[in-house]
Order: sequence, then structure tokens, then C-alpha cells
Amino acid sequence: MSPVNTIVSLPDQSTARIPRVNYLNKENGLLSWLLTGDHKRIAILYLISITFFFFIGGALAGLIRLELLTPQADLMATDTYNKVFSMHGIIMIFFFLVPSVPATLGNFLIPLMIGAKDLALPKINLLSWYLYMAGGILAIYTMATGGVDTGWTFTTPLSTHYVNTNVLTTGLAVFIAGFSSIFTGLNFIVTIHKMRAPGMTWFKLPLFVWAHYAASILMVLGTPVLAIAIVLVALERTIGIGVFDPTKGGDPLLFQHLFWFYSHPAVYIMILPGMGVISEVISTFSRKRVFGYTAVAFSSVAIAVFGFFVWAHHMFIMGVSNYAVLVFSLLTMLVAVPSAIKIFNWTFTLYKGSITFETPMLYAFGFMGLFTIGGMTGVFLGTSGTDIHLTETYFIVAHFHFVMVGGMLMAFLAGIHFWWPKMTGRMYPEKISQLAAVVTFIGFNLTFFPQFILGMLGMPRRYASYPPEFQILNVFSTAGASILGVGYLLPVLYLVWSLKYGEIAGNNPWQATGLEWQIQSPPLTENFVVMPIMDHEAYDYEWLERQKEKEVASVG
Amino acid sequence: MSDSSAIAHGEQEAPHEEHPSYLRHHFESTEQQADASNFAMWLFLLTEVMFFGGLFTAYLIYRNWYYPAFVAGSHQLSIPLGGLNTLLLITSSFTMAMGVWCAETRRRSGLVLCLILTFILGLGFLGIKTIEYTEKFEKHHVPSWHYSLNSFLNPDSDKEARAAGDQPLPLDMARKTEVYFSLYFAMTGMHALHMIIGIAILGFMIFRARAGAYTAGHVTFVENFGLYWHFVDIIWIFLFPLLYLISRH
Amino acid sequence: MSEPREHEHHIVSPKIYGAILAALLVGTALTVWASYIDLGIFNPIIALAIACTKATLVVLFFMHVKYSTRLTKLAVFAGVFTFLILIGMTLSDYISRAWGTW
Repeated sequence: MSPVNTIVSLPDQSTARIPRVNYLNKENGLLSWLLTGDHKRIAILYLISITFFFFIGGALAGLIRLELLTPQADLMATDTYNKVFSMHGIIMIFFFLVPSVPATLGNFLIPLMIGAKDLALPKINLLSWYLYMAGGILAIYTMATGGVDTGWTFTTPLSTHYVNTNVLTTGLAVFIAGFSSIFTGLNFIVTIHKMRAPGMTWFKLPLFVWAHYAASILMVLGTPVLAIAIVLVALERTIGIGVFDPTKGGDPLLFQHLFWFYSHPAVYIMILPGMGVISEVISTFSRKRVFGYTAVAFSSVAIAVFGFFVWAHHMFIMGVSNYAVLVFSLLTMLVAVPSAIKIFNWTFTLYKGSITFETPMLYAFGFMGLFTIGGMTGVFLGTSGTDIHLTETYFIVAHFHFVMVGGMLMAFLAGIHFWWPKMTGRMYPEKISQLAAVVTFIGFNLTFFPQFILGMLGMPRRYASYPPEFQILNVFSTAGASILGVGYLLPVLYLVWSLKYGEIAGNNPWQATGLEWQIQSPPLTENFVVMPIMDHEAYDYEWLERQKEKEVASVG
Repeated sequence: MSDSSAIAHGEQEAPHEEHPSYLRHHFESTEQQADASNFAMWLFLLTEVMFFGGLFTAYLIYRNWYYPAFVAGSHQLSIPLGGLNTLLLITSSFTMAMGVWCAETRRRSGLVLCLILTFILGLGFLGIKTIEYTEKFEKHHVPSWHYSLNSFLNPDSDKEARAAGDQPLPLDMARKTEVYFSLYFAMTGMHALHMIIGIAILGFMIFRARAGAYTAGHVTFVENFGLYWHFVDIIWIFLFPLLYLISRH
Repeated sequence: MSEPREHEHHIVSPKIYGAILAALLVGTALTVWASYIDLGIFNPIIALAIACTKATLVVLFFMHVKYSTRLTKLAVFAGVFTFLILIGMTLSDYISRAWGTW
């Protein structure tokens, strides 16, 4: 009988060893990593590079908060401040949030979860990483050579006619990264349709897979519209074709339609995989199947579909017609429903579950609370009447940081911690990681909750200076940011530490269901020695019990 | 899937089973591999649909706003050349489909012939496009490149405008013809870029087809390229009436 | 495996390809001819209808969608649907701008 306050079940540490052959040591040498087709190695490549870009984006965030400590624009020139927040947004969105869970956890886990040996297109997978790196390095280069100051939204006609900054190169970097995203999504869709193991029907798939499937649809169908928007901006800047230029008869708002047609589904690309992680974590740490599996699965797809219908709610004050405002506002109310369904289902999963509070679960709880707040404030913003007052203020900034950082980033950390033993064969140190989770939660709330109030009071976003009466809340926010920074730095340190000194995890330290937990940690390159047959439901803890009894009985 | 059941049900995989050389190890059968890559190509084409979709959206909006300018701009295009291009591309789609049939029925020389014909027809399309573009340069109808409103302010001075019976446009509407040509170049240019890439791949495929790579049962590459080529044809099927045939009466 | 494959590599006969080619050529001639006749509001409608028909023929027969799995058909539909959403909902803004403020 394991102790009630943890479900962790590790092998005897005095005799346990990392499996002799696994995907990490199967081949050695730099080229075996740089030319790999193994989805697990590509996932690790992504993990390292994404972490790198996250800290660059984080450093930029630190600069923003430092500037906003005082009401005057005294730390840097206002033009520089514009560049700092633009690059912060571009790096965080395109080079961290969009690829974070799909490219690391999705790449690693989807073949394992469906019982396949790899993704359908391993070479495309590797290409996807190289495109990501090319785009990322180009983005850093543009930063170093002067950056871009249009905001991550590249709004025309500012970006096409009024700035002299590196719009073209940044646009190119985002264009390239977009293809990385498209190829990842394409790969996932083909794999999930065509490579499931025998018996693995759609409704036996882990909800993590459903979430990635829905996000992949968005990646494939939405990202190309961003690509054409960037191409048109490039043509406008270089040749001056006039498609967004009012003096030539163009409409700047057309750019926004094309841009947001992608960028709204993009936020669902960012959050859906995180929601997939949360489904897995909440189920495991409540020892209960996810309540309303079908509802959660279908709501993922519903979010993806409805997410295509609401983009102009980012444009309520930009000059769209009032009738369009009405329609898009109404549709935005609809899209909130499937997200809420998930929160309810996770809550009902917790009800009468056997809950323990390991680190992934702490992050999951943080997700549920913070995403709910962020999501609800999204509804306030979707109502066009209130949006007119709240848009372009810090309310928006708070809203999207609550869903993206309080939601998505927490889900990412939950997932990294949850599957760390599977990816590396080692456990992370539990106490310090729980501390980091709590520190992150506190730091996050201190950073971003004041921003809701600032927004309501009228502080505009993207301004380096502000009226002095807003200073106290800004100081709180900056203080919170420094705590948040500590909370994010700690995992890097202890996770790296755990690679050498962490406890040996064994196959299934969490006693979780799911095919990935029935094989060794770290897995073999070919994942499964014997093709698995899926003969039980998802989240079937009784099946797990029977497996354990069989093991115990056979060892004797 | 019949092939997978041989490996399923707990049997250890033999150290290296007999399989065609082109079967990748993460697939259980050649059918699964062909199926997966076919589906992947379709998904890629979906991204292309959405990519061009943005351009079509821009076109529809500005055509609504500046209809007279679009009519005048469209009259500057040559229907014989555009129609000929349409015929070339449609025929090349036919030859490509025939090429896939040859690959499926293992007709190596037939496949090579079809690919060469498709290649030539594609080059013909690009050649005519070059002629059309050159004409636009000469008449100063390239946006931002010494763009001239003369043909639209004084249609009698312009051969095509005279032939279409155009009336002079007011100055502000005449200026909007630049929007028309922007979209003309953006859309046909993007289309031509896709043609160039397709023709380059065709060139590669002709060499491989001569070596018999696609007529030994492994037709996936030809099949999937065929999908791409047909898609490029479909884009042109829409571009032709939308750009060339705006009100010729 | 994962999905039952209805399309056991049906090979489309050259006769069908020839018929489709003929239909496409006829359609091209038709659309050029129709553009010279004043049909008022119906000109663009007819042009688009002919273009859509030609595209459908290419998709169904040259691209084998008629003989493909349901999944392929669903994928094609999803692409067309999303494209129509992009165009339709964007146009809905532009069309209604002139309607004034209520």
C-alpha cells in the first residue's frame, strides 16, 4: 500500500538502473542528433531550443517591467521600448508558446500514446525543427540589428509605411517558423489517422491526443493565412503594391482580417495542447478517469472549429462595421462554451477522486484557477460594449497573460514534470519543484492581477510612460515579475540536476494508464518491442490494477 | 490491415523481414505508407488553399469596391493568350493524370512521355506568362514601377482599351487600376512561382522515371506530385475568369 | 491498422481522363463566350459556377477524390469550408460597412 499523500511508485533505488539501451544512448555523436528521424530526439532538440527562446523572451519581459517601475520613460527611449515589447511578443508567441507543448511533448508522446513506432513523416519532423531554428536565429539576428517596433501584430499601415525597422526580416522569421508549425500539425494529423495500433479506436485515445489533433487542424488551416498576410506586407513595403495603402485605394483593415484569421486560432493552437496535458495530469493524480471523455474530446474539436469564426473580436475598435461587431461578438460567446465544458469536466474528475499534490498536479490546479479567470475576462472582452473601454489597455495584457502564462505555461510545466521520468528515466526532486510551482503561482498573481485593475483604470498598453497614479500597481507587477523569474529559473536548474542525480523512475512512477507508461523509461528508439494491442478503455485504472496483479503474481 | 496482423498479437518481429526497399521502418506495410503520404499531400494542399485564399479575399473586396477600375484593368489582358494558357494548363493536367495511370500500369516509356509533355506544356505556360508580363512592363502597368494611368484616362491612346470600347475613367478610379494590377501580379506571380517549383520537380521526376523508379509498384511520388500539379491547375481555373474575363461586353 | 481502406488503389481509365479533358476545354470555351454577353448580375455568377464545375471535375477525377476514402473527401471539404469562412466572414464586414451605424 503506497502512502496516501503520494502516488509515486519507484523501483528499489539500490538495484534500479537506467535501461541499458534506450533512445538517448542508441547512437552517439552530434550528427546522430542533428540528422535523427526519431521523434523523441527531435522532441528533446525542441525542448532545449524552446527553453532558450523562452529565456530570451523572458529577459525582454524583465526589461519591460523594469521600465514600467517608474511613470516616466526613463530606462530606455520610447522607440526602444516599442522594440522590446514587440520582440517579447514575437519570441514568446511564435518561438515559445506555439511550438511549446506540441513540438516537445506532442512529438515525444503521440506515437507512444497511439502505439506507433514514430510519426508518419520523420524527415518532415526534422525539417520542422530546422525551420524553427532558422526562424528563431533570424529573429534573434533582427533583434540584434535593431529589432522591430510594430508590436507582434504588425498592424498596417504602421508596419508598411511608417517605420524603418526590421519588419521584413522579422516577417520572414515568422513566415519560416509558421512552416515549422504547419509541418508539425500535418505530421500529427496523418499519424493520428493512419498509425494507431490495433484496437486503438478514436475513443480510446488519451485526451492529450485529441487535443493535439484539434490544435493540428488549426495549425494546418490557419497558419497559411498568416503567411500570405506577411507576404503582402513584404510586397507592400518593398514594391508598394498598395493593397493596404489607403492613398492607393487599399484597406489597412484587410491586413488585420488576414492576420487575425490566423492569430485567433493561434491562441487555441497554444492552449489546446496544454489542455490535453491537464486532462492527463488531473486524471492521474485523482486516480479517476476523466469525467465526460466524449465531451472533452468533442469540445477540443469544437474549440478548433468555432475558433475560426471569431477573429474580428480583435478588431472591434478598428473600423469594422457595426454589424460585423455584432456577429463576431455573438460568436465569441459561443466559443467560450467548449472551454468552459473542459473546466467543468476536470472539476468533476476531481470530485470523489483520490487526490495527491505532486508537482504536475500543483501546476494543473494553478492552470484551472488562472485559466478560468483569464477565460472569463475573455468573455468581458468579447462583449463589444465593454471591449470598447478595455481594449488596448492593460486589461487585455492581463487577460492574455492569464490564459497564456497562467494557463498554457503552467500546463507546459505540468507536462514537463509529468513526463520527465518517461523522457529521461529520472525523477525530478519533488520538494523543490513543489516550491517552484508555488513560487510561480504567487509571482504570477502578483505580476498580472494588478494589470487587470490598471486596465480598468485606463492605463494603455504598449506605452513606456503612464500617469503617476498608476505607479503603485506597476511596482507590484514588477515585484511579482521578479518572483516569477525565480519560479521559472528553478526548474531549469533542478531538472538539469536531476539528469545526473535524480532517482531512477522505472516504467511507471505515477502508476498512470496510457501506453507510454507501459514501456521502459527512457523508451527504446523503436518505442515498442512488440506492437501493443489496445484492449481497454482510456484511463482504465482497473486495467492497471489487473496488470500489476499479474506482474506481482508472475514475480512471485 | 492484413499486413499488420502478421506482426501483431505478440509475435516478436523477425530481425529483418522481407520488405520492399522503399518501405520505411515505422510503417507496417506499403499500403499504410502510401496511404499516409497521400493524406499528407492532401493536407499540404489544404494549406495552399488557405494561402491563396487570402489573395482571393483581397481580390473580391477590391473588385467590389473598384469595379470600373477592375474592368478597365482586365481589358488590358489578352484573352487569346490567357485562354491559350488555360488550354495548356488543362492539357498538362490531363497528361499528368495519364502519367499517373502509366505509373500505376507500369508503362515506363508512357510515363516518361507524359511527364515530358507535362513539362513542356508547363514551360509553354510560363513562356506565355513572360510575354504577358513583358507587355505589362512596356505599357507601364506594373504597380509602383513608373505606373502610368494614361491607358485609363485616355483609352483612345491604348490599343486594348480601344478594342474593348472603354470610356475614360475619372482620375480617382483610374488610380485604382493599380490595385487591380497589384493583385494581378501577386496572384499570377504566386501561381507562377508554384509552377516553377512544379516544373523543377517534374524535371527531377523525368530522370527518375527513365530509371524505372516509379513503374515498379511504388507510384506514390508521381501520384502525390500529380495532386500538386492538379491543384496548381485549379488555381489557374479560377484566376482566368476572375482576372481576364471581367465584363467583356 | 487504423482506418479501413475503401480505396484499394482503383485505377482510373484513360477514357475518363479524356472525357474530363474534353469537358474542361468546353467549359473554358463556354466561360470565354459567356463573358462577351451582357447578363448583368449573372456574369460573375456564371463565370464562378463554370470555374467551380471545372475545379470539381479536376478534384473528383484527375485527383481521384471520387475513388478516395471518406477521409480524403472530408479533408477536401474542410479546406473548402475554411476558405469559404475566410472569404464569407471577411466580406460580411466589407459589405455591411455602407449600411451605416444602425
